[in-house]
Amino acid sequence: MHELPVTMSILSIVLEQAKTVQASRIKSISLKIGELSGVVPEYVETQFEFLSKDTIAAGAALVFNQPPARLRCRVCASVFSPNGQNWVCPNCHDRNIEIVSGRECFVESMEIE
Amino acid sequence: MEVKVLTIKEDILGVNEKKAAKNRERLNEQRILTINIMSSPGAGKTSLILQAITGLKGKLRVGVIEGDVASQVDADKVHERGVPVVQINIPGGCHLDANMIESALNNLPLNEIDLLFIENVGNLICPAEFDLGEHKRVILASTPEGDDKPYKYPLMFTEADVVLVTKVDLLPHLDFQMDHFHKGVTGLNPDVKIFPVSVKTGEGLDQWFSWLIDQAKELKARPARR
Repeated sequence: MHELPVTMSILSIVLEQAKTVQASRIKSISLKIGELSGVVPEYVETQFEFLSKDTIAAGAALVFNQPPARLRCRVCASVFSPNGQNWVCPNCHDRNIEIVSGRECFVESMEIE
Repeated sequence: MEVKVLTIKEDILGVNEKKAAKNRERLNEQRILTINIMSSPGAGKTSLILQAITGLKGKLRVGVIEGDVASQVDADKVHERGVPVVQINIPGGCHLDANMIESALNNLPLNEIDLLFIENVGNLICPAEFDLGEHKRVILASTPEGDDKPYKYPLMFTEADVVLVTKVDLLPHLDFQMDHFHKGVTGLNPDVKIFPVSVKTGEGLDQWFSWLIDQAKELKARPARR
């Protein structure tokens, strides 16, 4: 839903890094986008293609690493991946739940020439 | 040409977070309690703010930042109450970010404000990801929307400081189960405060106002940084 600022930020991060090491081209970009980050990779791809057009990142492949949501039950301490938006402990069926991971939103690395 | 791999590990929303931290510092210095109000469209954010302006008169000086996709209908209503207000329009946008708040702060008489409401864009998804520099996050869930909101939009509710259940005057006409709603919210967020309110009947508003006054007092009493 909020991919545009995310995509703009990805582009500015990689261009800035590329500049400091004087790269001539960015070939690929590895992203870590957790399931709970609310970012849809397909949207990012379309926007990136448009935004990067006249930059050294044009045509770069986006590689999405998408860690699944991991939740912990505060009652029985089970750690599990939820079934969609239904956050209920599969072990004790309680809804006393906290997020362990899945909100990641990082540029991990890039391949440059 | 040789291909090299460069490790970056940079938070994509880091720029927003840095800007938000700056806003928060500024608001702390000015001792302005800032509340980010989020909900679906139509849950009653503006009505609630208007009630607070009236209810807190003589106790806290209120200022408002209005975020909307279009129009300044909400800002006009606030302005009529004689309260400083800035309208932010983001056509097609789904949330406010820290940058927009910084510009809005530059256009508000900060010396004349004790309590700043930021009315976020009506949306239960994106605003959760964007820190604005606020002190507290308040979510409104109106009873006609149903008691399953925390089950359908869990992320939003995990980070709320307060959940206001609005339009409780309609409860006799609805199947809204308050217990079911409470369970959904406190399961995700055990420390949250839940206030059932109605701006129509005034029910619960005193509790909400007292909470705001206490928070503002606490902020004022914080020792100044050297």
